[in-house]
Amino acid sequence: MSLNIIVLAKQVPDTRNVGKDAMKEDGTINRAALPAIFNPEDLNALEQALRLKEANPGSTVTLLTMGLPRAAEIVREAIYRGADGGIVLTDRPFGGADTLATSYSLAQAVKKFGNYDIILGGRQAIDGDTAQVGPQIAEKLGIPQVTYAEEILGLSDGKVTVKRRLEHGVETVVAPLPCVVTVNGSAAPCRPRNAKRLMKYKNAASPSEMSKLPQVVADLVAAHPELQIKEWGAAYVEADPEQIGLPGSPTKVKTVENVVFTAKESRRLDNDDAQIEELVKELIANHTIG
Amino acid sequence: MANFYTDNPALKHHLNHPLMQKIVALKERDYTDAEKFDYAPRDFEDAMDNFDKVLEIVGEICGTTIADNAESVDHQGASCADGRAIYADGTVENLDVCRKAGLMGMSMPRRFGGLNFPITPYIMAADIVSRADTGFENLWGLQDCAETLYEFGSEEQRAKYIPRVCEGETMSMDLTEPDAGSDLQSVMLKATQKEDGTWVLNGVKRFITNGDSDIHLVLARSEEGTKDGRGLSMFIYDKRNGGVTVRRIENKMGIKGSPTCELVYKNAPAELCGSRRMGLIKYVMALMNGARLGIAAQSVGVSELAYREAKQYAEERRQFGKAIIEFPAVSEMLAIMKAKLDASRSLLYECARAVDMYKVYEDIARERKLTDEERAEMKKYSRKADALTPMAKGMGSEYCNQNAYDCIQIHGGSGFMKDYACERIYRDARITSIYEGTTQLQVVAAIRHVTTGTYANLIEEYAAEGFSGNLAPLAEKLKSMTEDYLKAVEKVTAANNQAYLDFMARRLVEMAGGIIMSYLMLMDAKTTESFTASATVYTNLVQAEVAKHCDFINNFNVEELAAYGVK
Repeated sequence: MSLNIIVLAKQVPDTRNVGKDAMKEDGTINRAALPAIFNPEDLNALEQALRLKEANPGSTVTLLTMGLPRAAEIVREAIYRGADGGIVLTDRPFGGADTLATSYSLAQAVKKFGNYDIILGGRQAIDGDTAQVGPQIAEKLGIPQVTYAEEILGLSDGKVTVKRRLEHGVETVVAPLPCVVTVNGSAAPCRPRNAKRLMKYKNAASPSEMSKLPQVVADLVAAHPELQIKEWGAAYVEADPEQIGLPGSPTKVKTVENVVFTAKESRRLDNDDAQIEELVKELIANHTIG
Repeated sequence: MANFYTDNPALKHHLNHPLMQKIVALKERDYTDAEKFDYAPRDFEDAMDNFDKVLEIVGEICGTTIADNAESVDHQGASCADGRAIYADGTVENLDVCRKAGLMGMSMPRRFGGLNFPITPYIMAADIVSRADTGFENLWGLQDCAETLYEFGSEEQRAKYIPRVCEGETMSMDLTEPDAGSDLQSVMLKATQKEDGTWVLNGVKRFITNGDSDIHLVLARSEEGTKDGRGLSMFIYDKRNGGVTVRRIENKMGIKGSPTCELVYKNAPAELCGSRRMGLIKYVMALMNGARLGIAAQSVGVSELAYREAKQYAEERRQFGKAIIEFPAVSEMLAIMKAKLDASRSLLYECARAVDMYKVYEDIARERKLTDEERAEMKKYSRKADALTPMAKGMGSEYCNQNAYDCIQIHGGSGFMKDYACERIYRDARITSIYEGTTQLQVVAAIRHVTTGTYANLIEEYAAEGFSGNLAPLAEKLKSMTEDYLKAVEKVTAANNQAYLDFMARRLVEMAGGIIMSYLMLMDAKTTESFTASATVYTNLVQAEVAKHCDFINNFNVEELAAYGVK
């Protein structure tokens, strides 16, 4: 069966290589100092989506992202890797959203998109680390959710079978479609960008990017619908202004502390198994490892 | 995340050479493919942007997956079971990623599913892949064979095989045998034509890189009773037909991920490629030239890796209260490594552009008659490529070995341990100066360009570029070195003694190579200032080498040849 697959993705600052200037004085992220990247676990989700597409000929994969207009960059990234197209949900009133407002906004976009069979997304984004948006979207859409997915094992008869990676093992569950599946970083890595797709789609642009393109490229995009990245605003997805952006976000950041990890205590162990075993037991007991 | 393209500005410098404008316009036939293929470029800028962006994919894959797998691939190695060669797990993953990224058949025309890249950006990808995993470069780089299949195969054969290569099937060139290594004229593998006109192959091949590939180009004796190269033809063997098994794979010192196979052909069905009797004299020579350029690129990749590993260690390792890079003995070694790296890379791309120029004209000649002017240009670049290929392969591979040696030296005792990448680099580098023709055979191929003056003419061309400012003194030195070189050539050739010429050939070729690379470095420094240090270090190095060689030649008495066992 052919599927309409939506992949939720986020453009995030690359927090994996954080330098001294990563945070501003006021405790917010200094986005200028960090390159914007495709949230890593969303790439794992994209790979699962592309595999579903391959297994079910005629399927389409659409990337849905909320953010600044420049988030069209990750739509192109996804297209280079095999997605069919994408939507950037962007509008000033969406700004300052917490997870509640974000999931509401994205759920509205999904409703606008309409006929979908499965929604995939990364477990969490590396900037907020909340892991809330995926599950909240499922709740708002009133559909089942499967979290911590490591692999989609199969899809048939309107049901999807998913292997979940949990703390102490794996679990295989079956969920009816449509549903939301959030994918773990332990899932298969995303396939690379494909050279031919890159050359074909490198000019793909959203309406706000179109105005900045050289005329010849703008004409090319205008003539080819597959090069047009959609841009949706709050009014288009019929979002209630009270439920989006700052007004829709009950989360208030009180203060942000800079935490610097330093080794304060140290303990010397002799090189014998008993002492090492003792330490490992202690670390498991206090949940440092496990 | 590491990206081996974007972290290395030298690559972009070479990619953006002014000659590319012409190469790309010819290769794209004035950008007419854009109407037929949605991934073809509209104009020169668009094409260059494509190369840049695709090389960025290459750099990312190499900086992550392939580089990350290099150690495990080296440890696990390839193996052999049930007549098949089995890749290491990391190799399987590397190939899978390259296929998915569409990096196979890069230089093939679009009508067969290729990217229609000129040789220059393709060779740049090889340079990058080799830095990530030298042995993997072999497997990936054997896509070169498609070039030969394209040049000499029938349209039917092209349409049958090239799309498969572009989809990611691997290739091999089955040339050498137990008794036919450097001397391919003695190839014995037997090709027999059956009554229905089809061919079968019987015999044994040895030292075949990636010998269990999907599509093989095979050199075989089609003319019964012949003993030399004129009885050999080239065949295509398709693994899907069966008939070839892997008897064993070699237990090698380096490039362990690349299976080197001994193959047994038992009535293996094969297709004749091109004309009978032209196998060695025309096709394999073309194949080898392409392969040599590939090894030149592989060598540069190794040099890059060796230099980076050494530099990083020298910056981190502290002795006597400071980083060891601060000791002149160490910083000099690093400067020389960098100079050899930069010089060999400069020669590599100078050569790649020449190959591009003549090959593109050859290809246009398949569609229409060339104008006299085009024909003259094709000849000029063909000669240049012919002269520079053995030099780039010969000297580039020696330099990467020297750099691998110095990389270990800078690591000191740790370098002798298996804990650092340098020991793998040292082992992997070693083959580059041996296969696809040893350095000694590259000298044999290059010496006629010493005697006929191809190198002297090139040097003259380069000198005419004119160098000012801080490059002027270097150019002065080069002028005087050139005079010494020409005198040495004159002295050796005037004797009219083949044995004497053969004996001195290496010295003459090295001098010409050193002077040519020095000039190329000066031209690099002219446009990109960061090459100035390497240009200085390299020119000084060559100056001493030229002086040494000239001193040897000038003080050599021909009667002394006997002492060297030369008859």
